[in-house]
Amino acid sequence: MLEFLNQIINGLSLGSIYALVALGYTMVYGIIRLINFAHGEIYMFGAFAGMLAITVLRLPFFFALIFAMVVSALLGVFIERVAYKPLRKSSKTAALITAIGISFLLQNLTAMIMGNNTSAFPQVFDKQVYDLGGVQINSLQVLIFVVTIILMFLLQFIVLKTKLGRAMRAVAVDKDASVLMGVNVDNTITITFAIGSALAAAAGVLIGLYHIRVVFWMGTAPGLKAFVAAVFGGIGSIPGAMIGGFAIGLMEALVAGYGGTLISPYRDAVVYMLLIFVLLVKPSGLLGKNVKEKV
Amino acid sequence: MKNYLNKRNLITFALLLVIFFVVQFLIKEKIITSYMRSNLYWIGIYIMLGLSLNMIIGITGQLSLGHAGFMSIGAFSAAVALKSDPTLSGLFIGIGIGILISLIVSFIVAVPTLRLKGDYLAIATLGVSEIIRIVLNNLSITGGASGISNIKMLMSWPLLYVFVVLTILLTHNFKNSAVGRACISIKEDEIAAEAMGINTTYYKVIAFMFGAAIAAVAGALFSTTYYIVKPDSFGVSTSINILILVVFGGMGSLSGTIIATFLIGLVNIVLQPYAELRMIMYALVLIVVMIFRPQGLFGSQELSLKLLPNFKQNWFKRKEKSS
Amino acid sequence: MKKILSLLALVLVISGLAACSAEEEGTAETIKIGVNLELTGDVSVYGIPERYAFEQAVEEVNAAGGIDGKLVELVIYDNAYDQAKAVQNTEKLIEDGVVAILGSATSGMTLAIAPLAKDNGLVVFTPSGTNSAVTMDGTVVNPWAFRACFIDPFQGQVLANFASKDLAATKAVVMVNSGSEYSKELARIFEEQFNKNGGTVVQTASYADADTDYKASLTSIATQEFDVLFVADYAKNAGLIIGQARSTSGLETVAIIGPDGFEDPKLNDLAGGAANVNNVFFSTHFSTLSDDTQVSDFVASHAAFTKAKYGKEEVPSALTALAYDAAYMLFKAIDNADSTDPAAIRDALEALESFDGVTGDISFDEFHNAVKPAFLIELSNGAPVKATIVNP
Repeated sequence: MLEFLNQIINGLSLGSIYALVALGYTMVYGIIRLINFAHGEIYMFGAFAGMLAITVLRLPFFFALIFAMVVSALLGVFIERVAYKPLRKSSKTAALITAIGISFLLQNLTAMIMGNNTSAFPQVFDKQVYDLGGVQINSLQVLIFVVTIILMFLLQFIVLKTKLGRAMRAVAVDKDASVLMGVNVDNTITITFAIGSALAAAAGVLIGLYHIRVVFWMGTAPGLKAFVAAVFGGIGSIPGAMIGGFAIGLMEALVAGYGGTLISPYRDAVVYMLLIFVLLVKPSGLLGKNVKEKV
Repeated sequence: MKNYLNKRNLITFALLLVIFFVVQFLIKEKIITSYMRSNLYWIGIYIMLGLSLNMIIGITGQLSLGHAGFMSIGAFSAAVALKSDPTLSGLFIGIGIGILISLIVSFIVAVPTLRLKGDYLAIATLGVSEIIRIVLNNLSITGGASGISNIKMLMSWPLLYVFVVLTILLTHNFKNSAVGRACISIKEDEIAAEAMGINTTYYKVIAFMFGAAIAAVAGALFSTTYYIVKPDSFGVSTSINILILVVFGGMGSLSGTIIATFLIGLVNIVLQPYAELRMIMYALVLIVVMIFRPQGLFGSQELSLKLLPNFKQNWFKRKEKSS
Repeated sequence: MKKILSLLALVLVISGLAACSAEEEGTAETIKIGVNLELTGDVSVYGIPERYAFEQAVEEVNAAGGIDGKLVELVIYDNAYDQAKAVQNTEKLIEDGVVAILGSATSGMTLAIAPLAKDNGLVVFTPSGTNSAVTMDGTVVNPWAFRACFIDPFQGQVLANFASKDLAATKAVVMVNSGSEYSKELARIFEEQFNKNGGTVVQTASYADADTDYKASLTSIATQEFDVLFVADYAKNAGLIIGQARSTSGLETVAIIGPDGFEDPKLNDLAGGAANVNNVFFSTHFSTLSDDTQVSDFVASHAAFTKAKYGKEEVPSALTALAYDAAYMLFKAIDNADSTDPAAIRDALEALESFDGVTGDISFDEFHNAVKPAFLIELSNGAPVKATIVNP
């Protein structure tokens, strides 16, 4: 039982990271119906930015986190303006392929600039382990939970209670009508990208702190899994992305912990199979709405 | 009964023979060196891969990112077959098995997933390709993560040529057949096609299976050219490399894919010393082409003189999607 | 259709002409040695150190007047961990007139090169390809393939014996990277030998190559009773595992052993700090701890070389050392053969006995595998405190 609880804790901390990244996917998809393939690379970029902020700029951790989020938001905006905006009227295939290209580009640029080898994120906090009657939780896990929950509440607040949030929701429902209602669609889309990228960067920094290894290919697997999480929870739904993230994290932890020699090598395959299953059975995910295609 | 011996076909056939013998001669006389021949093999195999992916993406409009998975099925089938029978018959048995498995897997994958649209389909096919790779990594008959090495090298110019020409013929006929036209209509406007009574799922699955089968053959040829196959060689980057060929050449244009493959092959040779730049260049090709000329080199047209007169106006016109 | 073909013909001819790179005329004064390495992509972390080592060896030997008065010239091509490129590079190297090929760093790429090298009569010498199949042609040895390292089976046995005898372990847990041939082979041989020694592997946990979170596996492992944890992987994952194990209840002090992949200057950082790296043991080809002045000289000269040429001081890893030895063994073979005939070089290389390299005393066995000692290093507070030499 104890082991089970510990695995739950493991799953939740893994899940927080997926949730943060999934939020970015879901927000962008909700507003312009594009799977931003390059999102995983923003996460990676954020990790590097945070790392450099601490080692080169000598910023304390929370400032480094803010720095990484801001810089990544700028990168997200830049990509949106340069690559995605010109394609808003083109086919979805074109946009998707461009996103793939950007993902490829970011990875290889990073490899070229930062080198191919792994880097280690500076361990600025001493890890304390708290023992709650046999259930272990360490201070970094607590930090990740706390930061994730705060960011999510912040996001929900923005989306539900601010004018910007109203604009985002409007554009997600009907872009053309929003224009007619006086919403500056371009700016709204740009800000959505900025927020999504900032969240991914936060996830990257947290993972860098927690798991130390920072390397140019670190965004691929989490990016894919976070996407599965977003779809599972209902693409376009923010609470869905959060639930999806935690669900995928828990599933991974349980498969790894209890899968044994037979199943644990297939751990990633299980995640992909879940994706295909969801897409086939209920593509709108847990909390998504079934959107009928209009002719 | 159509007259297959018409003038056009005879000229085509003659040209085919000429090309074959000219290159064969150049190889014999060592004007085409072993190194160049090695590159030619790469180009030939990737032409097959590009054309087969074009059937799925360019002709039928289904964005599949899992092509490397089917390539790997063929590659490993051939590798295993060649281990027991390192001769041409072993290779052909391997190709046969590869095609069979590929058809089965693509059918299983296609029927449920082709109901999905654009983005979802792309990710689903990516997931399938990854699942195939992970399974191969853990299967002992395919050597696990080490794969199979010391594969008998049976590749030769005649073998390559036969298969490439066959692929061009098959895809060309597919594109211009009733099935192909149905697929193109699906790509243009799926709902209208459905309304016209075309069973879209049926044709999408056919195109997908067709592309998968050819990819398997290309994979089999790959394994007998490069001595070793490992699951890692058939990951997402490989699928993307094939995608680049299709996008660059023009989705729907067979000649576009062929020319694009030659050009990329050339770039590979020229940029050999600058490997990192090469990767960045490919990424830029995808992005730039999509933003400024999404139809690639030839759009969905084949190479023809008609393209020249309106060169200036038409080249940079992006196709606008009607809202 | 006709137009496609005419175009094909045209493009073929143009490509053919364009692809004609100027033939490099090897003057009678230079000896060309080909290098086929993984220099880009995530595997380049293995190829690049070897490149540095080769370059340093060549610079040194040329400074001393070359081999038999002739200067050595390296022809370096990157295969980017793609077998198609590895094969094409080899074809190019053959055309370039090299007398032998050094590389690759990984078993996979070396396996792509070996058959071609054999068919064209060129030595292919890998510093670090440890998969048993590398020097084999089916069930017999490939006469042209050599390696400067011991093979994974040997390492697996060394580690199993160390666990059984030195650590008095009877129960072990193995963590294996399901995406790595290196990891799986090591895990298999370890278990085989450990069983032979009377021990049992109570649990085997698999993970994916890109994983960063091992807590789930470690939490499950922590419920077992065992003496030693074998992590069969490179530092990029093993470092994380060590760090996370040390913060998992029950695993804070358990002995952790690993293969040469542990050898990495970043191990301590990846493990979350040197304080976590205690009671960690690994086998390797090379130890900077060795009393041998040859080793300390090499460490210094490599730092100087890389600083001068690339602006950054590099600490030699096992791969660097192995590559350095491979280069010098090749030079010695060429020197002994007194000729640049590839077959003569091959014979001379095969005949090398007790070559005194920075990685120890090296000879070849009948399968062209290097017969040499392994070093068993103990890490305490992240620093190597003990190095035991294990002779074959």
